[in-house]
Amino acid sequence: MKYFGLYNYWVFTLLLMIGLYAVIAKANLVKKLLGLSIFQSAVFLLYISMAKVDGGTAPIIQHADEPQVFSNPLPHVLILTAIVVGISTIALGLAIVVRIREEYGTIEENEIQARDRDR
Amino acid sequence: MITAFGFVLLTLLVVTAVAIVVTPNLFVAVMLMSIFSLLMAATFFLLDAADVALTEAAIGAGMSTILFLGALALMGEREAKQAGRQRWLPLAVIALTAFTVIYATFDKPRLGDPAAPVHQHVAPWYLEQTPVLMEVSNVVTAVLAGFRAYDTLGEVLVILTAGIGVMLILANGRPDLSRQGRASASVGLRHHLIPRVVGQLLIPFIVLFGLYLQFHGEFGPGGGFQAGAIIAVGIVLHALLEGEAAGRAILPTPVLVGLMTGGALLFCAVGFAGMLLGGNFLDYAVLAANPVAGQQLGIHLVEAGVGITVTGTLVAAFHAFADREPAA
Repeated sequence: MKYFGLYNYWVFTLLLMIGLYAVIAKANLVKKLLGLSIFQSAVFLLYISMAKVDGGTAPIIQHADEPQVFSNPLPHVLILTAIVVGISTIALGLAIVVRIREEYGTIEENEIQARDRDR
Repeated sequence: MITAFGFVLLTLLVVTAVAIVVTPNLFVAVMLMSIFSLLMAATFFLLDAADVALTEAAIGAGMSTILFLGALALMGEREAKQAGRQRWLPLAVIALTAFTVIYATFDKPRLGDPAAPVHQHVAPWYLEQTPVLMEVSNVVTAVLAGFRAYDTLGEVLVILTAGIGVMLILANGRPDLSRQGRASASVGLRHHLIPRVVGQLLIPFIVLFGLYLQFHGEFGPGGGFQAGAIIAVGIVLHALLEGEAAGRAILPTPVLVGLMTGGALLFCAVGFAGMLLGGNFLDYAVLAANPVAGQQLGIHLVEAGVGITVTGTLVAAFHAFADREPAA
């Protein structure tokens, strides 16, 4: 039973590796960005999993006089902001890919490199 | 029961992620990414992170999908066949790294262990002092906009910078031509009655919910980041239904730039107001006669700044893609 408690971290590892595979092995730039999103989500899952406390609840204090167990609010704060920063950077990446498509006529990495060599 | 549900969600996450990487159709991949985010949001909710789940659902499943689709509309959705590209080297790297990381997880405390090191440092202090120093129920909001407001200011500036970057990268070239070409070509879903009517009915409720999250963020799940994302989704939905020109008409570019910078400036102004009144940068206690009231005022203003900047940036990023003429 001990290893059930590590399942979240194994899923984190698998997601991280799937994202990394898309970034390094796929030639399509949009696929690379999707892989980066998966990679990023995996890190979010790691942080939020660490914040969980047994029998805890969301860190919103309703009745201050009753003793309650709360999950750790600090990773929540870090990831909450990271998600919004993540979409902004992905938007920036997509904008660059759109410009690359306009200049090169393709978003496949190998074709872009071939065109660069021809110049 | 809930634990079993969590296992199923996590397994589905892995399956969806593999499908995203494997599918050769980018449109399918983006749609699967939306499902992936929704599953991730449900997982976050099960792990007690209500605020994070809200953000992931609004950003990942909503806004990010729209931005990816907007970009795909300019690029085509087929991924080229990768003939002769070697697979074994990346796979070997992945396998080796996966083995190392999984080996390392055996030293991690199990999920939910209250004795884990992460719960021993500053977190108990935040949980204990938030009701005393700030009288705010939502500790996540208190840490975000109060105790660690300096971090949040940095993140808002990153979002602003990324938004400016998107606008600058996509603003060059033929502005007049693209404006006219797209405005006449893009009529949104005006000819589709049912999506249009249902969508228009939804927009006021989406924006109202966003405003509720904005102003109720101290007492329940919510805050500037979630509210900004949800309001932006409402505005973008209007543009999708009525066409790009109508979407631009309600928030022209100068207004959007004003929102993006105005929110960040409001955040900074609150920080400097604290300095002028004799405290430190972003010290809210001096903003009002009563320190607790000052803290609450500071959190309100800072969250408003965050919400305004996030709304402006996301809507501006959407328009930057939607306004552009597809390349030949």
